[in-house]
Amino acid sequence: MNSLKHQAGAVITAPLGWLAGLIDPPLRVWQRWTGQGGMAAFFLLPNMAIFGVFVLLPLVINIIYSMTSGAALFLSDRDYVGGAQYARLLDCGNYGDPGTCAEDQFWTAVQNTGLFVILQVTLLIIIATITALILNRELRARSFWRAVFFFPVLLSPVVVGLIWRWILQRDGVLNAAMLGMGLDPINWLIERNWAFAAAVGVTIWAHMGFYALILLAGLQAIPKDLYEAAEMDGTRPGRVFWRITLPLLMPNLLVVIVLSLIRAVQVFDEAFVLTGGGPGTATLFLTQYIYEVGFASLLKNLGLASAASILMGGVLVLLTLLQLALGKRNEQKGKLK
Amino acid sequence: MTRISGFLFRRRGGPGSFGGWHWTDIVTFGWLAAGVILMFGPALWLVLSSFKSPAGLAEFPPTLLPYETRTAVVEGYDKPLPLYVVTDEAGTRTLAEVRRVGTVAQMVDPANPGEVQKINIQTRTPDRRVGFQWSNYTEPFLAFDFFLYLRNSIFVTFMATVITLLTNSMAAFALSKYEFRGRNAVMLVVLATLMIPLSVILVPLYSIISTVGLLNSLWGVILPTVATPTGVFLLRQYMLTIPDELLEAARMDHASEWQIYWRIVLPLTAPALAVLGIFSVVWRWNDFLWPLIVLSRREVYTLQVGLNTYAGELNVQWHFILSMTVITMIPVVIVFLFLQKFITTGIAGSGLK
Repeated sequence: MNSLKHQAGAVITAPLGWLAGLIDPPLRVWQRWTGQGGMAAFFLLPNMAIFGVFVLLPLVINIIYSMTSGAALFLSDRDYVGGAQYARLLDCGNYGDPGTCAEDQFWTAVQNTGLFVILQVTLLIIIATITALILNRELRARSFWRAVFFFPVLLSPVVVGLIWRWILQRDGVLNAAMLGMGLDPINWLIERNWAFAAAVGVTIWAHMGFYALILLAGLQAIPKDLYEAAEMDGTRPGRVFWRITLPLLMPNLLVVIVLSLIRAVQVFDEAFVLTGGGPGTATLFLTQYIYEVGFASLLKNLGLASAASILMGGVLVLLTLLQLALGKRNEQKGKLK
Repeated sequence: MTRISGFLFRRRGGPGSFGGWHWTDIVTFGWLAAGVILMFGPALWLVLSSFKSPAGLAEFPPTLLPYETRTAVVEGYDKPLPLYVVTDEAGTRTLAEVRRVGTVAQMVDPANPGEVQKINIQTRTPDRRVGFQWSNYTEPFLAFDFFLYLRNSIFVTFMATVITLLTNSMAAFALSKYEFRGRNAVMLVVLATLMIPLSVILVPLYSIISTVGLLNSLWGVILPTVATPTGVFLLRQYMLTIPDELLEAARMDHASEWQIYWRIVLPLTAPALAVLGIFSVVWRWNDFLWPLIVLSRREVYTLQVGLNTYAGELNVQWHFILSMTVITMIPVVIVFLFLQKFITTGIAGSGLK
């Protein structure tokens, strides 16, 4: 068995090794000619070239795009309008009521996303923390239980969306179960509030295991002797949680909160497959708004989509800075100890 | 048996607590039981449903297992007729339905096809048994472009992962093993962009992709995803642990820098490469938003985009959608079953996602 594995490995690596050997002689010439600096450049080049063209460059020209208008795709063909796209996005009679805004869809998406972030992150963190606490107990087959909660994390958003669409549809299994228990069936994906709740619930289902895993790693890093000491003193479990577990878990908890905030702001694919933004605009979120305005609608408005994406990017930058600041504070705390 | 019950009923317990059960034990068991049902249940329901016939899928309330109605070929009729078990004054027998008018069905005994009997439908139930509708799985390959989508997805996943591993490891090698001007600046850029999500650069990225002529090309899906800062960072951190003396010794033996990278550093980085490789496969297989934007012609759709398109049609053919969803899920489930340990340690160690 082992030799077979070995042979299979050799079959894969032999041609690769041959290819690698092929580019060695010219590289030796390059190395002699340019020295270590040249080699560093050679190793960096492929990654940095792709990175520059497909990540950095877009980041820069996005700002220019957001200040242009028109239907043309290429920047040189577009009209410069300054801050007009931003002005249009932010033009509102009353920010509490999207109906009074020039771009009512944008503000609907902002409000939906805001409510989604608050609800989803709060519930997600509570559920993930409880799950991590339970997985941290002395369980037989802990890795099995951990796998149970982690399983949906790997599923594709499209698969997640379709699984739940199938379960939540009017004649779906959930309504059958509710009917069986004597409850009235609910039109989960047709009624506005329930569709919103479904989007929140399904995204929690899909991502909770990831955060529970990080929190579990944090819990396992808490020294056991603290708990032993507390037990010897006869401390009540509730007090142990508030005085030992929670404070020591706090660094991980903060990381998890910021990470889940960053992801919740960008919510798109699961919700899009599940509800398509509907009913009406009940589950229209920011990323879908950008997608609709820039790509899906007949009247593509790249400038407006770009301006909206920059506003969203601003929020994400703030959250990332918050995360970096928290990381730094944790590091300093660690040093003090 | 005792081992199983011992496992199931292990608890904190102790004298004084109610019935030997501490409340935290009850919460734990409740939570874990709910977890198994909630986390595995939906996927299991998907798999079970995917084997049902369209008629079985339309049933409400749904049956747990897929059933098929038995049919019989009866002399004098072109199509196979569905069989029913009839129970009335004449006893219990199995008859085939010819046609149904209101509450009365015209039925024949397969053994005696000449005589048509009139049966009240209240007295009969379909003769069903558990049966798997395998055509749900075979037909999408023939009738739809499903095979094409599958091939596209495999191509994207494979190519993106290979390029990711190669370019990221080369960059990580330069950033961990060379001293050069601007190294910190490069590292800073990598770190700063760790968090740039795709949704922020959709518009300009789209224009760049179309400028270089990669719209509706699988390479347009692959290239923007391969230079992951996450991968560079992960591999660099790992390569920092490889002692420089090893590289110096190789240089003494006149190894070229490329050989050092290829023959020494890369094999030693295998564990980190494996983690990144697994994640890359899952990421690229699951990608949705970016392929949705770049690919607008059916022949270049990936599985995820194709599946979403089928599911968005006015007349959703659930019996095909469900089976295609199962197939889309399979690679990820395989990764999960065999490489779960790699993934969980990868996440716990670096917050990779």
